[in-house]
Amino acid sequence: MQLKIQYYALLREQAGRSEEILETTLRTPAELYAELAQRYRFTLSREQLKVAVNSEFSDWARTLSAGDAVVFIPPVAGG
Amino acid sequence: MRFRFTSTPIDIIAGQRELKDLGAGGFVSFEGWVRDLNEGLEVTRLEYEAFQELALKEGERIVAEALRRFPVKHALCIHRVGNLDLGELAVWVAVSSAHRGEAFDACRFIIDEVKHRVPIWKKEHYRNGDSGWVNCERCAAAPEHAHGDAHSGAHS
Repeated sequence: MQLKIQYYALLREQAGRSEEILETTLRTPAELYAELAQRYRFTLSREQLKVAVNSEFSDWARTLSAGDAVVFIPPVAGG
Repeated sequence: MRFRFTSTPIDIIAGQRELKDLGAGGFVSFEGWVRDLNEGLEVTRLEYEAFQELALKEGERIVAEALRRFPVKHALCIHRVGNLDLGELAVWVAVSSAHRGEAFDACRFIIDEVKHRVPIWKKEHYRNGDSGWVNCERCAAAPEHAHGDAHSGAHS
């Protein structure tokens, strides 16, 4: 299935892109992050992140569907 | 929208106007300013980046929670994105209320929750030429990536 991945802040810089369409058989955000962290050598561990699917906070074990938009959320620093 | 972003200076006069209420006898605001020092490093400027689709929803939920928890009239939070210089206003929270106590409480609640929950990131640029994403770099596992890559794609 195809997923849309968007990257922000440190993850955007380490991935070298703001977004990409990924063809994958991985089923959960947790599996997806493990693969992408290896590919792009992300320095943040999954435990430091939150994840959003289709612009809403999500569980890491959620089953992803074709067309889902996934965003990994580094530690925030607003204000 | 009681939580919003702007890439231009925050218009606090227009913001105050939105909070006007004849039943309000008190108005409290918090201004977050860009500071020249963080954890011992001299800061020269900041970049704010937001995942706006989710940030707007979460920010709106925070303001709605504040209005439920505290008996205030109106509340508003405006956050800058993009490049900011020292001394600039980065975030503005304002509350109007019949009495001052709950206005202070609601204002404090909103800024505290925004800092913890809303997907906004801050990149500091330092006098020594280095830069870093606040809360992301020093806790990162592989320090050789922490700053070296940080100069490449900042403005995409």
